[in-house]
Amino acid sequence: MAFLEETVRGIRKDIVKMIGKAASGHPGGSLSSAEILTLLYFEQMNVDENNPRKEDRDRFVLSKGHAAPVLYATLAAKGFFPRAELENLRQLGSILQGHPDMNKVPGVDMSTGSLGQGISVAAGMALAGKMDNKDHKIYALLGDGELQEGLVWEAAMAASHYQLNNLIALVDNNNLQIDGAICEVMSPFPIDSKFEAFGWNVITVEDGHDFDELRTAVEAAKKSEDKPTVIICKTVKGKCVSFMENNAGWHGKGPNAEEVKQALAELEA
Amino acid sequence: MADKKSTRQAYGEYLVKLGEKNQNLVVLDADLSGATKTNIFKKACPERHFNVGIAEANLMGMSAGLATAGKIPFASTFAIFGAGRAYEIIRNSICYPKLNVKIALTHSGISVGEDGGSHQSIEDIALMRVLPNMTVLSPADAVETEKMMDAAMAIDGPVYIRLGRSDVPVLFNEDYQFEIGKAGLLKSGEDVTIVATGMMVGPAMEAADLLKIDAVSASVLNMGSIKPIDVTAIKDAAVNTGALVTAEEHSIIGGLGSAVAEVLCDVAPVPLERVGVKDLFGQSGKVAPLMEKYGLTAKDIVAAAKKAIQRK
Ligand SMILES: Cc1ncc(C[n+]2csc(CCOP(=O)(O)OP(=O)(O)O)c2C)c(N)n1
Ligand SMILES: [Mg+2]
Repeated sequence: MAFLEETVRGIRKDIVKMIGKAASGHPGGSLSSAEILTLLYFEQMNVDENNPRKEDRDRFVLSKGHAAPVLYATLAAKGFFPRAELENLRQLGSILQGHPDMNKVPGVDMSTGSLGQGISVAAGMALAGKMDNKDHKIYALLGDGELQEGLVWEAAMAASHYQLNNLIALVDNNNLQIDGAICEVMSPFPIDSKFEAFGWNVITVEDGHDFDELRTAVEAAKKSEDKPTVIICKTVKGKCVSFMENNAGWHGKGPNAEEVKQALAELEA
Repeated sequence: MADKKSTRQAYGEYLVKLGEKNQNLVVLDADLSGATKTNIFKKACPERHFNVGIAEANLMGMSAGLATAGKIPFASTFAIFGAGRAYEIIRNSICYPKLNVKIALTHSGISVGEDGGSHQSIEDIALMRVLPNMTVLSPADAVETEKMMDAAMAIDGPVYIRLGRSDVPVLFNEDYQFEIGKAGLLKSGEDVTIVATGMMVGPAMEAADLLKIDAVSASVLNMGSIKPIDVTAIKDAAVNTGALVTAEEHSIIGGLGSAVAEVLCDVAPVPLERVGVKDLFGQSGKVAPLMEKYGLTAKDIVAAAKKAIQRK
């Protein structure tokens, strides 16, 4: 347990540092999903950092691709590539593009960045898994604002139609998007009964920063017999950095040197 | 005007003025109102600003519907999502019925910078240009942005206005006249004509100065109206200078370069060199090094001009 807590703390520090260094990027939605990625990569997913394209691995699609820093920090912590690489986020020629590129970064299963598309691709991966009688799982992480994209619901319909019980979607329900609160911009609520109506198995995690709760949900999702599962994780955007928490202004902005210092101090405490 | 301003900033500010003059003007955005600058209009006129959320297809569909009722929608998001994700809605619900929707998309081209290749639209001119009934405008600076918005308001039908993220020098003063279908001759020369659009007009002017040092006399033609394109101006350039170079922050396939090539092969085939993105996706980086990496600088235009002259 302490191991996951320590790991996620390191990942958060790396997120803040790399976005600070790049002076651009998306801290809010990276920090809100840090426990989710930590649990998946360090406990739940079958992946091999020494063989990133291992055929029977579980797949992870960062449908909310702007949260690339949390994925990069997690993959680096897991050993897919050297942590020093994180310094090059968003630099010309870097493997660490502003949004994940599957042909550049070891461990990235899909190139994403245009919202709504990742979950659709994940449904295709899950369908292929079914065709080939594989038992690996496909995980996809969506933003709650991302749920406004029609494509998400086209994919949702197809996933239940094809009984893709090997597909596990997680929603980072931090209640914010770029222009403000999701309920004010364009409410996607109710999220749970929408997915239910689309034929999904729905699990709500009241604290998306609690590893035990997340673990219980993911383990239940893995047992789904004939339905795809969505895990709605209630989270805090900017989690663990006081001035970023619940603040839409920190969706896509790099902290300056002073702000990095303060954030790191809070994360050490 | 300030020395430098992004065309998206000019767009957001001028929407307020247009909206005061015309009560039918409405503005739609898709969760990017801070970046597209339509939040400036929202502040001035909240009851005529609609944020549809992260839903570009619906952004275009609802704009079409509003237009059927006599509203004049300005629909904005990033070029990649508007021209890309919502392409077929623009085709079938806006262009096919020739509805009066103005599509003003920001963050076009490589100069998006750090967000990288997934967000850098280098194909939107091509996509919008092939659509019947569509007018395609690409302003070089803040002043031309305003003039183009006036021109867009003056016609009844779909217009695409291509806007950028980065600050660019203000090239024109308030007396500048813009007309749809007309190019602007910014510099008159004898050996070669540089036809530029959008943020490449500045580098084109610079290239003409650099060429002068090497005793090459270059014309510069600002092609703000990409569709309809100024056939006469292109023909005159071919006849008078015998070689052309196009410069655009877009793929060399399907954009300004292609549009000029189409005219040349119809009316006056002469050597043409195309400066633009060479059938590649962009990547993350700071704007200036990216422009260098992708061959979008004054230096690249100079080299292309010399090559075009050699081929005469
Ligand atoms: C198709 C598409 N439209 C717009 C954007 C621009 N964009 C990037 S992040 C974002 C907001 C995302 O909000 P949410 O899904 O809630 O993400 P989170 O809060 O987890 O960061 C938008 C509109 C995009 N990347 N893709
Ligand atoms: Mg959100």
